[in-house]
Amino acid sequence: MTEPRRADNGNTPLLEVMDLTVHHGQLRALDRVSLRVFPGEVYAIIGANGAGKSTLLRTIAGLHQPTEGSILYDGKNMTKVRPERRATSGIGMVPEGRRLFGSLTVEENLLVGATYARKGPWTIEHVYELFGWMRERRTQRTAQLSGGEQQSVAIGRALVANPRVLLLDELSLGLAPVIVQRIYAMLPQILATGLTVLLVEQDVSQALRVASHLQCLLEGHTTLEGRPADVTPAQVEAAYFGLSQSAPGAVGEGSEP
Amino acid sequence: MSVVTDTSVRSEENYRVTRSRRNVAWTGAGALIVVVVLALFPYIVYSGTTSLMVQGFIVVILASMWNLMAGYAGLVSVGQQAFIGLGAYFVLILAQHSLSPFGGLPVAAIGCGVAAVPMWWLVSRLRSGYFAIATWVLATTVMLFIEKFPSIGGGTGMSLPGASGYDPTLLIAYTYWIGLAVTVLALVTVYLLLRGRLGLVLTAIRDDEVAARSSGARVGLARMLVFVVAAVGCGAAGALLALSQLIVQPGAVFTVQWTAKMAFATIIGGLGTIEGPILGAIVYMVLQQTLQSHNAWYLIILGLVAILVALFARRGLWGLIDDRLHIRLFPVGYWLWAPGSAGRRGLGKRGISPRGISPRGISPRGISHRRGGRHS
Amino acid sequence: MQWVNDIIQGILTGGLYALFACGLSLMFGVMKVVNLAHGDLAVIGAYIALGVITVTHVPVLWSFVIVVPIMAVLGYVLQRTLIQAALDRGVLITLLVTFGLSVVIENALLQFINADSHSLGVGNAIITGSFSVGSQIQIAYLLLLIFAVAVVVLLGLQYFLSGSRYGRMIRAVADDQEAAQLSGIDYRHVFGIAAAIAFATVALAGIAYGMYSQFSPTTGTDTILLFAFAAVVIGGLGSLWGTLLGGVVLGVAQQIGAQINQSDQFLAGYIVFLVVLALRPQGLTTRRAQS
Repeated sequence: MTEPRRADNGNTPLLEVMDLTVHHGQLRALDRVSLRVFPGEVYAIIGANGAGKSTLLRTIAGLHQPTEGSILYDGKNMTKVRPERRATSGIGMVPEGRRLFGSLTVEENLLVGATYARKGPWTIEHVYELFGWMRERRTQRTAQLSGGEQQSVAIGRALVANPRVLLLDELSLGLAPVIVQRIYAMLPQILATGLTVLLVEQDVSQALRVASHLQCLLEGHTTLEGRPADVTPAQVEAAYFGLSQSAPGAVGEGSEP
Repeated sequence: MSVVTDTSVRSEENYRVTRSRRNVAWTGAGALIVVVVLALFPYIVYSGTTSLMVQGFIVVILASMWNLMAGYAGLVSVGQQAFIGLGAYFVLILAQHSLSPFGGLPVAAIGCGVAAVPMWWLVSRLRSGYFAIATWVLATTVMLFIEKFPSIGGGTGMSLPGASGYDPTLLIAYTYWIGLAVTVLALVTVYLLLRGRLGLVLTAIRDDEVAARSSGARVGLARMLVFVVAAVGCGAAGALLALSQLIVQPGAVFTVQWTAKMAFATIIGGLGTIEGPILGAIVYMVLQQTLQSHNAWYLIILGLVAILVALFARRGLWGLIDDRLHIRLFPVGYWLWAPGSAGRRGLGKRGISPRGISPRGISPRGISHRRGGRHS
Repeated sequence: MQWVNDIIQGILTGGLYALFACGLSLMFGVMKVVNLAHGDLAVIGAYIALGVITVTHVPVLWSFVIVVPIMAVLGYVLQRTLIQAALDRGVLITLLVTFGLSVVIENALLQFINADSHSLGVGNAIITGSFSVGSQIQIAYLLLLIFAVAVVVLLGLQYFLSGSRYGRMIRAVADDQEAAQLSGIDYRHVFGIAAAIAFATVALAGIAYGMYSQFSPTTGTDTILLFAFAAVVIGGLGSLWGTLLGGVVLGVAQQIGAQINQSDQFLAGYIVFLVVLALRPQGLTTRRAQS
C-alpha cells in the first residue's frame, strides 16, 4: 500500500483520493489507489494501456462510481456527488478522446462549457487569446477541425468554466508529437491563473517534462510515486512494465497481489 | 520494487462446465408427464374449459415467440399481429378451397415464415424503436390490404367453412390436441435453438455486436432467423385462433392487442427465460378470467404490472423464482464449477439473461457498466 | 384539375402530420427514446382540451393556452420519473415501458371515458368553411391555419435549438451526455425540458387533430403514431424540416390514394412509406444512410 504523501508546507491537499477501488463489472480496474494533489501542482499519472489511469480520472470526475474508497475535494467528501455538481464545484475535466459536441461550432462548444461557469480569470475571449487560431475559426463545426485543434477546443471548453483543478485525460492520444508538445507548452499559462492540474499520460517523457509529481499505475495498483527529480528512468521503466527491480531508493512500493 | 505476478490462474483441469445444476433428465420426465396429463384433458373436463385451454395455448405460443425476439435477440416487434392475422387468413382461404381446416395449420405457419422474409428485408433497415413501429405499420398495411378482398370477408370477416361438418365437442377436442402439439413444438423448438449455436450467437450479439461480427457471427442472419421463426410461431397461433373461433375478422386478428398480450405475458413471466412465457401466460389467463366483465381493466392492470416488472424485476416472475431456487427447467446457459466446490455453488452463472442495450451503445459485457457508473 | 386540389389538400394535411411528428422526432433526437405512447399523449391532449372547453367555455381556438402548459409539465414529470428510470435500464426496457404506457393510456381512456368518438369542433365561425381558388380548388381555413401553426412551431423549434442557451444545452446533451455532465449540465433536467417541449407540440397536434377530425381512445395508435412515424421516416430521421416534407409526401399520397379508391386512403400512404423504406431508408432529406 502506498504511504500517504505528507503535506508540503502544511497545506491541505486540494484533491485527495483514498484507497479507491473501482470495478468495471467483474474486472477490477483500480485497486486501493491513493493520491494527494496540492494546489498549484502538476500531478501526472502514467502507466500502460489498461493500467487504470483513465478510470481513475473518470471516477474523480464522477462518471464512474467506486466500489470502495473516497474522493475528497477541498476537504469535502465528493464520492457520492453527481458529476455535474463536481464540475460546478470546480473539478474540470478534458476527457479522453476530446469528446467535443460534434454538431456544435467551436464557439458553441465554449459557450456550453461556460454555461455554469464559476467566477474567474478564464473567459471565451481569454481562450481565444491562448489559442491564436481559434477566433477566426469559431463558427466552424468541430468535426472539421484537426486533432490538435479539437484538443485545444476541448481544453478551452473546460477552462471557461474556471475550474480549480483541471483533469487532463491523455492529451497526446492520436496526436502527432509536435502538436502534443505545442499543447503542453500552454500548460504554464494555464497554471499561471491559479489552476491545479492532474493529468494522465501514456507518453512518459512528456509527463516527466511537465509534472511536479508523478505516480505510476500498473493493472490498477500504484507501482511508483514521487517527484520526477527523485526517480531514475530505470525505476520508471520498471514501474511502468511491472518488472522486478533490485535498485534501492524507490520512493514508493507496489502492492503485493 | 515488487514483481507483479498473477497467481490467480489455476490449471484448467480443475474446472467443470455443466449445463445445469440439477439433472435435466428429471425435468424432461416431468415435462413428459405434464404433456400426457394435458393430453387427457378433453376426456376429463368440460369443453368450456378445453376452449379456455386453447386460448391459453395461443398465449403461450405467442409469448414464447415474442420472448425469443425481444428477450434473446433484442428485437422488439409491435407488429406480430401481422402474422397472427395472416395465419388465420391462410386457414380461411385453404378451408374455402376444401382443405381440412386442421390441415391448414402447418401450411399457414410455413406461409407466414415465407412472408416474413421480405417483411424482414423491409423493417430491418431501421433500428430498435423505429423498427418496432415499422412492424406495426407493416401489420396495419397487411390488414388494410386483406380487407380489400370481399371473397375472404372484406372488412367484416367470414366464418370458417367446413367446420360444420364436425361434431362440436370433437371439433374442440381436435383443436385442443393440435394446440397442445403446437405449443409443445414451439417450446421445444425455442429451447433447442437457444441451446445450440443460435443461442451463443445471440448472446454474443447482445454483449458486443461489433466483436460478434468480427468473430464471424452472422448477425443479420441470426436476427432474420429469429424473426422468421417467430413469424412461423405466430402464424401457427393465428391458425389456431381461427380454428378455435371458427370465424376470422380482420379487426380481431390484426389488432395490436395481441402484441400487448404477448408482450405483457412475457415481461411479467420473465423476459429472456424460456419458462417465463409459460408463467406469464398463466398469469394472463387468470387475470383475464377474473376481470373478464370489465374488459379494459385487465389490460390496464396487466400494463401497469408489466411496466413495474420491466423496471424493477427485469427477469419477471420466473427470474424471482430462479434467483431463489436456482431452477432452470430449460437450461440454456452454463455453470462453471470451481475445483472443490462439489456441486454446491457455481462460480457464476453465465446463463442467457436479458440486459438492455445501454443507451450509449453496446458496451462489452466484460467491462459493462450502466450509466452513472453503477455496475449491475 | 382535380389532382391539383388533391395535391394542395395533401400538402396542407402534411402540416398536421408534421405537427404529429416533431415531438416524436425531438424525443428521439435528444434522448434516443422512441415514445410508443406518443399518439396516445396527443389524444390525451385532445381530451383535456375537450374537458377544458366544456368546463370553462373558452373558445376552441384558445384552448391551447391552457392545455399546452399542462401537457408540458406532464412531459417534464413523466420524463424525469418514468422515462428516465426506463432509460437507465436500457433501450429495450424503454421501449417496453412506453409500449406499456400506450396500452394503459388507451384502455384507461376506454374504461373511464368511453369508446365514442368526439370532436372538438371548430367553434368560432371565423375559421369554419373554406375559400375557393379558381373553380376546382377548395381550401379549408382550418387546414391552412394548422399548416401555418406547424410551420411556426418548426421555425420556433429551429430558432430555439440553434440560438438559445437551453437549445444549445439540449443539442450538447444530445451529442454527448457525459461531456455535457463534465460541463456542469444535469442531463436529466435537460431531457425533461426536451420532453416538455415535445409534449407541448404533441398537445398542439392533439388539439389540431381534434378540431380537424374526430378522435377516440384508439386514435392515438390507429392514426397519430403511425402517421407521425411515417412522416419522420419519409422525411428523414434527425431532420426537423424533413418531418414537414415527410408529412407532405404522406398527405399527398393519401389524397391520391383516396382518388383511386375512397377506402384506400390510408393504405396508399403506408405503401409510399414502405417504398421509401425500401429504396431510401434514410429518408428524403438525409444524405447518408443511417444505421
